[in-house]
Amino acid sequence: MKIKKILPQVITLLFIVLIFSFFTMNAQENMETRGLDFGFGFLKESASFDIQFSLIDYDGSHSYARAYLVGLLNTLLVAVIGIILATLLGAVVGVARLSPNYLIRKTASFYIEFFRNIPLLLQIFFWYFAALRALPMPQDASLLLGSSFLTIKGLFTPAPIWTNFDVFFVTLIIAIILIFFFSRYAKKKQEQEGKRLPVLAISSAIFIGLPLLTFLIGGVDLSFSFPVIRQMSQSSYTFDGGMGIPPELIALTLALTLYTATFIAENVRAGIQGIGKGQKEAAASIGLTPSQVLKLVIMPQALRIIIPPTTNQYLNLTKNSSLAAAIAYPDLVLVFAGTAMMQTGRAIEIVGITMATYLTISLGISLLMNWYNKRIAIQEK
Amino acid sequence: MFKYVKQLTSLVAMFAVLIAFSTETMAAKKSKTLKNTQKKGFVRCGVSQGLPGFSNADAAGNWTGLDVDVCRAVAAAVLGDANKVKFTPLSAKERFTALTSGEIDILSRNTTWTLTRDADLGVTFVGVNFYDGQGFMVRKDSGITSTSQFKNGISACTNIGTTTELNMRDFFNSKGISYEPVAFEKADEVVAAYDSGRCDTYTTDKSGLAAQRTKMSSPNDHIVLPETISKEPLGPVVRQGDAVWEDIVRWSLNSMIEAEEYGITSANADMMKTSENPQIKRLVGSEGELGGKLGLDNDWSLRIIKQVGNYGESYKRNIADTGILPDRGPNQLWTKGGILYVAPAR
Repeated sequence: MKIKKILPQVITLLFIVLIFSFFTMNAQENMETRGLDFGFGFLKESASFDIQFSLIDYDGSHSYARAYLVGLLNTLLVAVIGIILATLLGAVVGVARLSPNYLIRKTASFYIEFFRNIPLLLQIFFWYFAALRALPMPQDASLLLGSSFLTIKGLFTPAPIWTNFDVFFVTLIIAIILIFFFSRYAKKKQEQEGKRLPVLAISSAIFIGLPLLTFLIGGVDLSFSFPVIRQMSQSSYTFDGGMGIPPELIALTLALTLYTATFIAENVRAGIQGIGKGQKEAAASIGLTPSQVLKLVIMPQALRIIIPPTTNQYLNLTKNSSLAAAIAYPDLVLVFAGTAMMQTGRAIEIVGITMATYLTISLGISLLMNWYNKRIAIQEK
Repeated sequence: MFKYVKQLTSLVAMFAVLIAFSTETMAAKKSKTLKNTQKKGFVRCGVSQGLPGFSNADAAGNWTGLDVDVCRAVAAAVLGDANKVKFTPLSAKERFTALTSGEIDILSRNTTWTLTRDADLGVTFVGVNFYDGQGFMVRKDSGITSTSQFKNGISACTNIGTTTELNMRDFFNSKGISYEPVAFEKADEVVAAYDSGRCDTYTTDKSGLAAQRTKMSSPNDHIVLPETISKEPLGPVVRQGDAVWEDIVRWSLNSMIEAEEYGITSANADMMKTSENPQIKRLVGSEGELGGKLGLDNDWSLRIIKQVGNYGESYKRNIADTGILPDRGPNQLWTKGGILYVAPAR
């Protein structure tokens, strides 16, 4: 009986090992006949190419490993911004899709059907090249919000200059932790004594007050450097000072957000519609306002339906960010699986590392979302 | 005594057989690529995704260009027909992997010969069919006429996966100028971005600049600056480890160049068979046994010259007459002030 259970598993395992060793040996043999060797030593060599946009200190004298890190951080940057924006937009559009207002409902449906059904790469090209042509040259750009310029060369905004940023940052973290414990305490108090504390007011007071205090007594200071236009030649201009956000990043984020938000919106709509009508009517009959019905009754239940498919969308967004290579945004694929692979010729090593990296990011997102999903699941009492 | 004679004769016979095998068929036997190509009936050639003058496909899918002609020459030599070539368009990033993985047998895609590539990628460069160098293109209305007028903060559009990225860094670093590299995967996007005003300059090999300029919305609004910031010897590449195939590709290219040197053209090649000059006779196959040494027949180079033409004809047809680079510059024969100089076919 036991053998019957174990035997198929052993055979499957053996089969997998055999396939893997076949491919490994095959690759090894082919590399040997072509005089290629396998190894990761190249990661320590200096990369000798520059990268347009980097979150950490980098230039061509740094190593390939550092270039990898630059690409990875750029990928994560797009993924994180994209996920946050797509979630917000998706939630709004999803609710709007069920609005009793005809115009709002139809606009939301139109947006979803339009952006969901055009290939993402095309949308990226559209936002990049169409928007690029529509944007003004630096010398023709008008001031935005009194301090920024949106031009063909990117968005130039004031750059913050901090003194004692670490003090400010640590205080901010402490404030967040305090708020977390305070809201738990408030919830407990409400459950036990029926008293409601003004959670929102006190939380915002902590969140704003504590970091603000560091400006007064912690020696923290913040000033801004503003972008200033400078002429480079008879017809070309650039900006000095301030912070430049490349148009590639803007176009990519925009395209990924607008595309993924449509799917999230549909998940939100499905989640809300998945809750029985009776729930809504019962909640209304005990005197809750429509926004209270949504917040206290519908959403907590709908989230259980929304989260799992939305996790898929987060994963898709992260993986789709690799289309960045088409419009010169230096993400992991462009920098590492592109330039670095080309300069070193280490195709197998670099593709291997890149694949492992995407796998790790995706599994990380999955784990996080599964943990969250478990937390909000109905707990049988 | 007789015993020894018998042994001796068998030894001699053995040697005779060995020698017979090793002369004519040796080359053909040793080259897997040559055998496969003859079996398939076409040469597998990797080219660019569209670079006018070097490798470019027309609306009907016919490939033309200086790089294309190298593959056609090999097809003429090996298979007897210059049209028996299967072209695979490749991005700069894919090209070496396509070659080492065996997807193509010749890479003729404006590829720069460097030590790292030659030694570390499992490929071998067989020669140079175009001497190039990296340059810069700017808009005319910028008033810039020399790279010395470049200022800090200049943004430069280019391709990834090329030596261009490395040269660009060396150049701007040595001048102490800060710059913004904007690197795309495909050349068409580089041109589109530069053309829209995203970048102040577009940098790549000068031949590439001249060719891509023809694709822009108004070519006359742009100029290529006179400075050349690097050496870019472009040439065909083969997989490492097949010395015979390497020789075939190398000498197919060399014979085109040497044919120009001796005035042999596609029009007069047949008449040249009866020339007084022994070197000309060797090139058109009426003297010597050069083909056999490569595992080919003796008319191999005659077919190249007749079907593809000599180097000068190929240059004129693809690059000069199309208005890309009418002046041959360094790509003129060494006898006429250029640096085109190949080993003699003898």
